Amino acid sequence: MDMPVSQASEPGKRQGHAPDIDTTTRRPPHLDQIAGWGSDLDRAQRPAEPKERRPARLEGLHWHEVTPQVAHVPVLHSSERPGLTPIFGSPLPPRGLSGLVRRFAFGYSENDLRHWLLLLFADRVDTVEGLVEDVAHGHLPRLYAETGGRAELKHNPRAAAIKATALVAGVALIVAWRRSSSRR
Amino acid sequence: MLAMNYRGPYRIRASRKSDPVIEHPGDAIVQVSRSCICGSDLHLYHGLVPDTRTGTTFGHEFVGRVVEVGSDVRNLRVGDDVLVPFNVFCGSCFFCQRELYGNCHNTNPEATAAGGIFGYSHTTGGYDGGQAEYVRVPMADVGPTIIPPDIDIDDAVLLTDAFPTGYQAAEMGGIDEGDTVVVFGAGPVGLFAAKSAWWMGAGRVIVVDHVDYRLEFARRFAQCETVNFREVGDMAMHIKRMTDGLGADVCIDAVGCEAKGSALQELTGVKLKLQAGAATVLHWCINAVRKGGTVSIVGVYGPTFNAVPIGNALNKGLTLRMNQASVKRHLPRLIEHIRAGHVKPSDIITHRVPLEEVADAYYLFAHKLDGCIKTVLIPPRAPH
Repeated sequence: MDMPVSQASEPGKRQGHAPDIDTTTRRPPHLDQIAGWGSDLDRAQRPAEPKERRPARLEGLHWHEVTPQVAHVPVLHSSERPGLTPIFGSPLPPRGLSGLVRRFAFGYSENDLRHWLLLLFADRVDTVEGLVEDVAHGHLPRLYAETGGRAELKHNPRAAAIKATALVAGVALIVAWRRSSSRR
Repeated sequence: MLAMNYRGPYRIRASRKSDPVIEHPGDAIVQVSRSCICGSDLHLYHGLVPDTRTGTTFGHEFVGRVVEVGSDVRNLRVGDDVLVPFNVFCGSCFFCQRELYGNCHNTNPEATAAGGIFGYSHTTGGYDGGQAEYVRVPMADVGPTIIPPDIDIDDAVLLTDAFPTGYQAAEMGGIDEGDTVVVFGAGPVGLFAAKSAWWMGAGRVIVVDHVDYRLEFARRFAQCETVNFREVGDMAMHIKRMTDGLGADVCIDAVGCEAKGSALQELTGVKLKLQAGAATVLHWCINAVRKGGTVSIVGVYGPTFNAVPIGNALNKGLTLRMNQASVKRHLPRLIEHIRAGHVKPSDIITHRVPLEEVADAYYLFAHKLDGCIKTVLIPPRAPH
């Protein structure tokens, strides 16, 4: 398909579905500026062809079965599995109220919507527990910094101004409401 | 050590936590040199991924130096500089034997539907991620790859996820010579998908987004046509108009569950969480691809369900392909592309930020400010 660049880029002119590309030249002229065009035309060059390749070309394997990792903390597992996988992450075992909800959620299979919705709920409970834990450890959450306030002020001052205005208005409303309440 | 610390939706900080330790004889401990923020980290940041526990350290794109190895590790030594694929995989299970390392069955107890991934919630195994000074890297004899001396470390960090995922997106499209390929999303994965589509012989590559600076970057980086979907009426109809009414041969979803473009999808998928994210791009892909065409999905969605026009996919006889990238499988070929000068992955890095400023970096990336395409976090005392 010897097509000039101008024609190739003209809207409405279809380039695909063309059975008549001269595959002997391999690179249509209008694609000359594309570095590497067609270098993986041959599907044998594409690493995930075929979709499931056997035997795998993985180097360095020296085991048939993975030695199981020892669990030193509670690790939850899908009810669709008989137990833990040989390898797992151990940080942040379930704890507190959110942990109870998580354990309950894992009573349902991955096929059951309740499993996922309970986990999302547990995440929100965990957020509150995290705030309480911060305060209990004498660490007052720096909400401004933790939500990227400095970047917002520098790169998105309009949004920062809207938030500041809303905050000032909210505080003013609360003060006004409390004053009117105390007068009664 | 210093690590990114998730405190709840939209709230993160850098704080001290315990150093990771060897927990299995096949583990290694890696001191992080570079760690990227990925578009899919934003789904965690926004609280959309179930079982994202407070205190989690995100980060599945990282490179670093091996500082400790377990007693059974034979292929790595202390001092090796490695790139670590985002997949945690065993190499020997049913799926790994078929090179489906992104679907390993031995590294994620919490779910059978997903393989293990670093720093991506307990739904993908509960591993801490690389936005930290140190990381525990399980199955160190098969996962990490020693960075070749001629490969720049900033290119290497993009080989851990974004570049292989973009390449696999194009590959799953089954692109034939002269095909028209539409890539939805001009983020890092979409950019690499567009670039890769040319290598597979595409005759035309069109990238769709709504952020002008990203579209401009896509035109430069991937020499593609671009469409701002805010400037066209109906997205699928627009693609058909561009393709003589037939539709594209291949459509690629490189956006995932936080897509813009449909108020209804955003309300039900992102705000109310009545579905597993906004399926806007899936909808566009199915309706914009030609009959008998292929939709390739690498954008990330949640584990529940999404509203998509599956009836149209049936009636059009579409092929739907999707997966997490099996990074290790792609590395040799992608390194060849870098060496051949077909791509310089680090060209997409726009921001380098100290780990201490991680909250600001996420804000900038999430809101697409300051021309941000790809942000790299650099921990204190990074070995490079």
